[in-house]
Amino acid sequence: MVSKVCSVELPVGEHLVIYKNRIACENASGREGRIAVVSGIHGDELEGQYVCYEMTRRLKEHPEYLKGIVDIYPQLNPLGIDMARRNIPNLEMDMNRIFPGSAQGAFMERVAAAVIDDIVGADVCLDVHASDMYVREIPQVRISSEFVQKLLPFAKLLNTDMIWLNASATVHESTLAHSLNMLGVPTLVVEMGLGMRVNREYGNQVVDGIFNLMHEMGLWTGPVSTVREPAVSTDGEVEFIRAEYAGIFLPDIAHQHYVQKGEKIGEIVDVMTGTVKQEIRAGKAGIVFTLREYPFVYEGALLARILTEVEMCEENL
Amino acid sequence: MFVDEIYRVEAPYREPMVVKGYRFGKGDKAACILGPMRGNEIQQLYICSQLVRVLKELEGNGCISSGKEVLVIPVINSYAMNVGKRFWGVEDVDINRRFPGNSYGETAARIAGGVFEKIKDYSYGIQLASFYMTGEFVPHVRMMETGYQNTSLANLFGLPYVVVRKPKPIDTKTLNYNWQDEMTAAFSLYTNKNTEVDEASANQAVAAVLRFLTRMGIIRYESHSGYISHVIMEEDLSNIHVNCGGIFRGLVKAGEDVRYGHKMAEIIDPYEGNVKETIVAPTDGIVFFTHTEDLITENDMAYRLIHRLHA
Ligand SMILES: [Zn+2]
Repeated sequence: MVSKVCSVELPVGEHLVIYKNRIACENASGREGRIAVVSGIHGDELEGQYVCYEMTRRLKEHPEYLKGIVDIYPQLNPLGIDMARRNIPNLEMDMNRIFPGSAQGAFMERVAAAVIDDIVGADVCLDVHASDMYVREIPQVRISSEFVQKLLPFAKLLNTDMIWLNASATVHESTLAHSLNMLGVPTLVVEMGLGMRVNREYGNQVVDGIFNLMHEMGLWTGPVSTVREPAVSTDGEVEFIRAEYAGIFLPDIAHQHYVQKGEKIGEIVDVMTGTVKQEIRAGKAGIVFTLREYPFVYEGALLARILTEVEMCEENL
Repeated sequence: MFVDEIYRVEAPYREPMVVKGYRFGKGDKAACILGPMRGNEIQQLYICSQLVRVLKELEGNGCISSGKEVLVIPVINSYAMNVGKRFWGVEDVDINRRFPGNSYGETAARIAGGVFEKIKDYSYGIQLASFYMTGEFVPHVRMMETGYQNTSLANLFGLPYVVVRKPKPIDTKTLNYNWQDEMTAAFSLYTNKNTEVDEASANQAVAAVLRFLTRMGIIRYESHSGYISHVIMEEDLSNIHVNCGGIFRGLVKAGEDVRYGHKMAEIIDPYEGNVKETIVAPTDGIVFFTHTEDLITENDMAYRLIHRLHA
């Protein structure tokens, strides 16, 4: 059942509406377990669109296996997706910096507060992100070290390739996930793919994981696929590789490739002079879990992230 | 006057963005004045350029105190200004959310870090700043409540108000917060405008900075005494939100005195032209902030009021 979580009157003949689709088992009493899946806080991230679609499709295909409540919030920043903008258009604010919001605040703060209010009471919440336009990510769960004990068991069920503990950017205070965790709703941030794109393979992988999680929680009695064992990493095991020059970045490897120490990752070239300005090599061996897609770079631009101290296994080849 | 290169960003197809610092006097790092980090802060750019002009004259007349040095950085994010954007680069990063910065980090963090390295040792730090929301303010000095803030120093600018803000997590990445963290007495100056030059209010800001520098013994300049500032806590302002969206017809200006029940604004139906909502003052007070755009969304903040202190 689709309902409105909140609605705000825009200046000219339109409302900004946050929708929720509740899919519940037959004869639900309201005391069943509940999972919330949220996507689209950043308007330029669309991987969550596929996740929400595919979950709904599978749930409708086999309603007999559902033993609880699934709340899907496919788009928290509806104006952002419409404009292909990460932030809230007009306000130029990152929506994931205004939680928990305020019922007396400016309009997006009220929207944030209404969303939080609606999710509170769920047994678990997943906030699905899709990197940005610039770098591609393998499916991963990011959790802050503050909540590791509570969240790690959930994270391991999600069929991602990696769990990144304390990835500072996404576990910032004022995020939806941090606010919900503080309010007692175990909330995991899922990151995958690339902004403005949908990768069905990654989407299916994560949806398989979500059904597996629901199965473990007793919300789903249907068949589930076996999930992969994620690499669990802390910040110390992640090597950041950044551009030291401005230019065009040309990668030499594929995303999700296992690099050896010293192996070439790519180069930054100067188009005008036809020269290589920087040759980028891996400082340590590991999986390239982040790889730059947008080739135009300034000094400081993120080119790749390597997850070090993982064994090379067949799956990573 | 010396012109220093504070930071440089190279780009393949644009001339490098060179952040320039204008240095006056010689000696202790007394005061640093910093202009736009956001591309729409035109008023702030104008104010800094006028400060450079005046300080150059003062230095020529021997009016910079001996043993004192003043640095003015008129603009950081000139790239954004030249393309009509507010934030840095394709990633749209607010440089004022990247302090203290990091020389190994992303581009904006490197810019913040490179600039901060050159400005963190000054005794007084003055930033010409803008609020994240568009609108008009009563000119004021803003400080962060970090435990190191000194409101009596802020009074020396002689602006009508000093506002103290309790920092939220998001504020810990701003220049003001990090300056105070490095024991620089940091002040953010807000005038009424951002995106356009308002000559009168720019002159007021220039005068306020010169007054402060004079009172701290950094320059010799004949300045008027200015206002005796009221210190207000940001959370004590009353926020007036609207209950519907539409065309905003503002009836009062920033700085105006209003009485309880005074009509402050009307929201007009964008299709039928009738008044959908009338906003009245919930209390006696002075208008501290006004929404200035002609369109408004339901629940948006139309005004912030300072309660009048009755004698
Ligand atoms: Zn995101």
